[in-house]
Amino acid sequence: MTAKQDVANQESSALGKKARERDTVIIPAVDIFEDAHQITVQAEMPGVSKDKLNVQADRNGLLLEGEMEIAMPSGMAALYADLQTTRYRRSFVLSGELETERIEASLKDGLLTVRIPKRAEFRTRRIRVNVP
Amino acid sequence: MFENMFAGFDTDLFDQFRRLESEMGQILGYSAGPAGIRAAQRGTFPPINVGATAEQVDVYLFAAGLDAAKLEVSIQQNLLSVSGSRRIETKQDAEYYRRERYDGDFRRVITLPDDVDPERVEAKYRAGVLQITVQRREATRPRQITVN
Repeated sequence: MTAKQDVANQESSALGKKARERDTVIIPAVDIFEDAHQITVQAEMPGVSKDKLNVQADRNGLLLEGEMEIAMPSGMAALYADLQTTRYRRSFVLSGELETERIEASLKDGLLTVRIPKRAEFRTRRIRVNVP
Repeated sequence: MFENMFAGFDTDLFDQFRRLESEMGQILGYSAGPAGIRAAQRGTFPPINVGATAEQVDVYLFAAGLDAAKLEVSIQQNLLSVSGSRRIETKQDAEYYRRERYDGDFRRVITLPDDVDPERVEAKYRAGVLQITVQRREATRPRQITVN
């Protein structure tokens, strides 16, 4: 490798590291399902308490954010870590038929459940098929 | 012989591919460096972190919505194993768009440092995190020696 390349590599890895530090978040695993009345999002955010949770919704999107709070003795050194950060973040695009003003969220044992009701006129109606 | 085949190519490009490959490997959790013999592959449920101080070793398992009564935690010398199961009920009359949450049995085995005391283990499940604290033996703790 030439000296010129070395410099280029160092630069890109330093940039990469910076970007990783800023953007490293845990992307929570989710289940999303829809029934006649609402869409439900269940997101796994273990370690997040109610006051460190941020659920935001507007006409266009849903944002789930949380900060893990783990009681740790001082001077603890990591021996092994699957999770390298304590911040969760994930977002979704919503569509207009959802009533984001009436969104409901609950948190239990690190599982966040968000229910987004559908506007009445968009609720699925079962249509009977008449067989003559 | 093979070197000659590539003589006409821009070797910078191959260097860059190699770098990309190793960076991707790091992201995906593969690496040529030594890994724990019992270490699970990246993305195994539940993720765990292990931290240590001179007095204790703490193991954290991140698993939301577990039934603590169904968790089995056991330790043999310095080998800690945690198993359990999480069943995710499928809602009837609902259409699923995403199913990413782990559904089923799980088991993780963690090798702790040699000096842990298997008689002094505590486990608690709070906010979806199972924390297991194992005390270390006194004799192996660093001791301050006063110089007279």
